[in-house]
Amino acid sequence: MRRVAIVAFAQSEHTDHDTGLAEPELILPVIDAVKAATGLSRFGFTCSGSCDYLAGAPFSFVSALDALGAWPPISESHVEMDGAWALYEAWVRLQHGDVDSALVYGFGKSTPGDPRTLMTLQLDPYYLAPLGLDQVSYAALQASAAGVPRAELDAIVRRSRADGRRNPYALDLPDELAADPVAGPVLACDVAPVTDGAAAVVLAAGDLAAELCERPAYVTGIAHRIEPHYLGLRDLSRSASAADAARAAGVGKGPVEVAELHAQFAHEEPILRRALELPDDTVINPSGGPLAANPVMATGLIRIGEAARRVHDGTARRVVGHAAGGPCLQHNLVTVLEA
Amino acid sequence: MAQRCAVIGVGQTHYTTKRRDVSMAGLVREAALRALEDAGLTFKDIDAVVIGKAPDLFEGVMMPEAYLADALGAAGKPMMRVHTAGSVGGSTALVGAGLVQGGVHERVLVVAYEKQSESNATWALSTHLPFSSSLVVGAGGYFAPHIREYMRRTGAPGHIGTLVAVKDRLNALRNPYAHLKIPGIDRAMVESTPMLWEPIRYLETCPSSDGACALVLSSERAATGTPAWVHGGAMRSEPIFRAGRDTVSPQAGKDCAADVYRQAGVTDPRRQIDVAEVYVPFSWYEPMWLENLGFAAEGEGWKLTESGATALDGDTPWNPSGGVLSSNPIGASGLIRFAEAALQVRGAAGEHQVDGARLALGHAYGGGAQFFAMWIVGREKP
Repeated sequence: MRRVAIVAFAQSEHTDHDTGLAEPELILPVIDAVKAATGLSRFGFTCSGSCDYLAGAPFSFVSALDALGAWPPISESHVEMDGAWALYEAWVRLQHGDVDSALVYGFGKSTPGDPRTLMTLQLDPYYLAPLGLDQVSYAALQASAAGVPRAELDAIVRRSRADGRRNPYALDLPDELAADPVAGPVLACDVAPVTDGAAAVVLAAGDLAAELCERPAYVTGIAHRIEPHYLGLRDLSRSASAADAARAAGVGKGPVEVAELHAQFAHEEPILRRALELPDDTVINPSGGPLAANPVMATGLIRIGEAARRVHDGTARRVVGHAAGGPCLQHNLVTVLEA
Repeated sequence: MAQRCAVIGVGQTHYTTKRRDVSMAGLVREAALRALEDAGLTFKDIDAVVIGKAPDLFEGVMMPEAYLADALGAAGKPMMRVHTAGSVGGSTALVGAGLVQGGVHERVLVVAYEKQSESNATWALSTHLPFSSSLVVGAGGYFAPHIREYMRRTGAPGHIGTLVAVKDRLNALRNPYAHLKIPGIDRAMVESTPMLWEPIRYLETCPSSDGACALVLSSERAATGTPAWVHGGAMRSEPIFRAGRDTVSPQAGKDCAADVYRQAGVTDPRRQIDVAEVYVPFSWYEPMWLENLGFAAEGEGWKLTESGATALDGDTPWNPSGGVLSSNPIGASGLIRFAEAALQVRGAAGEHQVDGARLALGHAYGGGAQFFAMWIVGREKP
């Protein structure tokens, strides 16, 4: 495959409340930041990820083109998925060999709606959605199946929040954990916060990567897998699709210094850790992860960006970024980045 | 450089107002199984699935690829969901082809669908983001002023749209999958229907359809059956609110065509492209796109339509399948154009086959005429 690297990453200062910014206003600063970091104003390909249902209107990505200043017209596509899959599409596009740079972004405003209820609409509309199973309830089924000890979950939440408080882009969440039960074994503190935010990444191929970035984060493996939708068809205590994606991406072919995991519930972290067969010394979610900031549709892309950042700043040589979609980690993307 | 990619299987459902007999999963699976059968393959032979559809609000299922993974045999495989407004069907094919061209996969299943009977598309298209106002209702309300501007610029007579409405519906009578089949369709019938959005009459608009379309795409090494080879593909987008953009003949459409023609070695599209399946949801978009795509000089598109050149027996047939005017499951409409182009060069278009078609254009557009996706497929390897 052609050598492609992440050469720039930017994210918004995520918020737990609506700051009044429209989506294009949310995106513009992060686009400007990656343009400034690379000195590029035009890209060979552009791809984004967003969800109409967050905006409550069709075509939420259309106005984003105004933020890009897509003139003259650009070669562009969009996935109704987390921005991590937009990054995957851009990585594939760069394999063609005719273009060398790609802009990727993801954005979402969750605060105007109720993501917990909204995610019900993602379920099979005939057999599952009518049951009224909401996002936390189906996550609770997985939490029950996983059976992670409470002390381990508390430690995950405390660590995530402490790291998040050190991360200027994540939320400042307290060290005291709200122990109110939400559904089954899931407590309020186990649930990723409702967040607005955006992120952007620039990919570069061939010689361009080293020209644009002192320490490019080369994509040495990237793969994703989906698994059956119906929860009853899966062993919820593990994530077969994350394990398959990790094997295909080659996670186990070397040490993993840092892994940024798209765990929107505390119990998902140990499930993913096992699926990716991460060594004990791998640092998990030093950014604070989704439990410290969860701008839906950008959260997965931010995991990849945060992992790349450790290579960019020279603190790590081999890292993993992970993104998930669908109920109970139905769909998983794993990427390995190396200096 | 990019690997060669071929269409080796095409599957369509019958397009109709309401498919009450199938779920969304049943609908997409029907198209997928037909495409696999056409290619002589099964789900086991597929490496990845790419699915596309227009806004999720049309069916009320958010990110439905999660739910449709099982029906499309995607469990255990990579699956992508594309959404680029009305051009999405075309973009979905290009994303799927990209996986083969990039050397990532050998065989990719591409599916696009819409089950419009689940909602009312006109009203789904008439919602607005908070704090914005709009004076239009549905896509027709948006595009009618652009059509009037085309008529003003070119002096095109008022009956041109009627000619396209009749021509595409006559073609639809030859297509077993077409939704609108109107025996005896003629100008008088079209002109007798109510005016919806001046100058668009009822029979000059596309229907709302339920339906799905699927393609099996393959690398050269894994090709089976009769391939249609991808000679070029491109997407272009431009901002909807840019002051000064020409909404009648958008620059993104011109640039996209120029890119795909360059890849396919086309310098004179009218002579070199044997047949075109072009996204014409309102009749007047045929003359407008004839100009935008370089089949006619600026201001001359309507004359080509009037001359009969775009009819099935004309020298540059457009939409022999009956086009979007005859079948419109929105999210699939672009992929149907791409699929019909492939059927033509494979010689598999049945009664609406253009004799000897060797090179064909598939075209889709969306948003405020700002998203474009096109490909050119050929009987011979590129």
